[in-house]
Amino acid sequence: MDLQTLTYLVVGLSFALYIGIALWSQARSTGDFYIASGGVHPIANGMATAADWMSAASFISMAGLIAFMGYDGAVYLMGWTGGYVLLALLLAPYLRKFGKFTVPAFIGERYHSRTARVVAVICLIFISFTYVAGQMRGVGIVFSRFLEVDINTGLLVGMGVVFIYAVLGGMKGITYTQVAQYCVLIFAYTVPAVFIAFQFTGNPVPQLALGSELSDGSGALLAKLDQVLLELGFGEYTEGKKSVQDMFFITLALMVGTAGLPHVIVRFFTVPKVRDARKSAGWALIFIALLYTTAPAVGALARLNLVETVNGVEQQGTPYGEMPGWFQTWENSDLLAWYDHNGDGRVQYAAGDAVLGKPTFDNARRGAQGERLVLNPGSGEVVGAAPFANELYVDPDIMVLANPEIAGLPNWVIALIAAGGIAAGLSTAAGLLLVISSSISHDLLKGIFAKNISEKTELMAGRCAAAVAISIAGYLGANPPAFVAQVVAFAFGLAAASLFPAILMGIFSHKMNKWGAISGMLTGLIFTLGYILYFKGVFIEPRADNIPANWLFGISPEGIGAVGMILNFAVAALVATFTADPPAHIADLVRHIRVPGHPRPPSP
Amino acid sequence: MADNDVITPHEQYWCEHIALIFKLLAIWFLISFGCGILLADLLNQFSLFGFKLGFWFAQQGSIFVFVALIFIYATKMHRLDKKYDFHED
Repeated sequence: MDLQTLTYLVVGLSFALYIGIALWSQARSTGDFYIASGGVHPIANGMATAADWMSAASFISMAGLIAFMGYDGAVYLMGWTGGYVLLALLLAPYLRKFGKFTVPAFIGERYHSRTARVVAVICLIFISFTYVAGQMRGVGIVFSRFLEVDINTGLLVGMGVVFIYAVLGGMKGITYTQVAQYCVLIFAYTVPAVFIAFQFTGNPVPQLALGSELSDGSGALLAKLDQVLLELGFGEYTEGKKSVQDMFFITLALMVGTAGLPHVIVRFFTVPKVRDARKSAGWALIFIALLYTTAPAVGALARLNLVETVNGVEQQGTPYGEMPGWFQTWENSDLLAWYDHNGDGRVQYAAGDAVLGKPTFDNARRGAQGERLVLNPGSGEVVGAAPFANELYVDPDIMVLANPEIAGLPNWVIALIAAGGIAAGLSTAAGLLLVISSSISHDLLKGIFAKNISEKTELMAGRCAAAVAISIAGYLGANPPAFVAQVVAFAFGLAAASLFPAILMGIFSHKMNKWGAISGMLTGLIFTLGYILYFKGVFIEPRADNIPANWLFGISPEGIGAVGMILNFAVAALVATFTADPPAHIADLVRHIRVPGHPRPPSP
Repeated sequence: MADNDVITPHEQYWCEHIALIFKLLAIWFLISFGCGILLADLLNQFSLFGFKLGFWFAQQGSIFVFVALIFIYATKMHRLDKKYDFHED
């Protein structure tokens, strides 16, 4: 069977599975729709959380980023896992005990303030929409690359599938499809990794392969990589380029941001007990760690593989005509480019910029060797001790998607990668869309604007909000605003600087009042947003170059959420000392959520 | 919190709980930010199973420790709940 048919078959089967689950688990009440009626087993919730959490970016981009960042890639590895410790110890159990449907509902009730609830809804919607646009885009890209359909057609199919199970099943449908999606994506990620690890090191466990000797007898993988990269003018793989304080703050911002992301928090509302919420966070992290400890091995092996394939055994480069088939496939999808700086007809890879930024191609003509003509070549200077100038542009996203082809794995493995990438994108998109729709139907509509609507109307409103949110997400995926590439900094920075401190103080301080919480959230939000806009300029022109010399304390916009969080805590504490303590029933509420069991005290 | 000076079981439970959280978060910080970032250069002089130690903590070790921390927390809290008789059934 050829690759195309096989891919259609595998992706089609996975879709049939998701839709089957949706039909089996329809939501019949608002409880079903928002939190699957709190009846999800902790291990199932762990898997669903893992799929919810691991986005198209984790699946497609992360290993590639690590491959090119080396040690610095640890900011993602630690940042996107360490947050679960904070979530398990500081947030999830108490919010489960609180037992309501949404994150803004907690903030609104704990701070007995509609304003606080609305501020929380605004933060939530902003965080979730920026994030979901990237997911739909990822789904579209996988479709267009592997199924060779138009990106927009791919988007429409993806939207249709999410529509069926998110609108019909709500949280209940999403939960069980996410369990299935986790199985698909983790299988798709680890199978090629095991093949490649075995091929290079003789050790099939990727986590161990990273520290192993290479089978060709040229020494340990990491030592070899360090040495090869040094010779090509790069830094060592195991040494970082980022400053220590930047590493520190980016990691902190990603960790705290993870713990503050509403679509992750809300997953812990779906388990039966407080005890289950604690355990479930542990299971979630195990399932996430399976992928996150495989990724560094995939990254290192892919980088070495790339160098060896391109530069060849003699390290003189490979003539364009002799490059393997995947080279042209990816060149045709704009993710790879070659510019022959020294005119020798050989592709050479070293440190330095082969092209300026992303390549733009001349679609009409081809170069002397048949390559696509690049219109914006770099200077072609040789960097450091490298033997030649860099001539190759590689988009990091290729690393995971092309890895099976580069390693010459069978077609069914490549088909799996496509299904896995789509599963990762759809599961995260569905989780995000659900928190958006529930914050609209439950927090804004039922909570503030139309308190008297019946449960049936609220459920209908929830479904409609989900349908509208999917359409907007699809639109954003088809017409990505210029800032999609920057969303990571935004979503995590804002979650870290706004929601996380407000929830944390609501649980751990019975003195924190609404004035403190609202001023803290607004300070964190405005400071973080302002700093990112100042350097990255999303709706405006950047006001300053995004370089370390201009940064506050050497902290990049990616890490500034951690500073926003500290400001949020400081301002909230200061304002709370000068304003009245919260009323007695709030102190009772705080006491109530701190312990499992025990019926809730009556509130006035 | 309570109206008189007697420490209630609820407050005792919360104190023990906070102490546990502090201990576990200290380890969390030491492993990830300590060994993985601040001390990485120092630890890179040593090696473990073919890894430079600082690099290993940053890219693998810390994740294993995170998983362990959550399960230790869940187990210890289960015991604490029982000790103070906070049932959920």
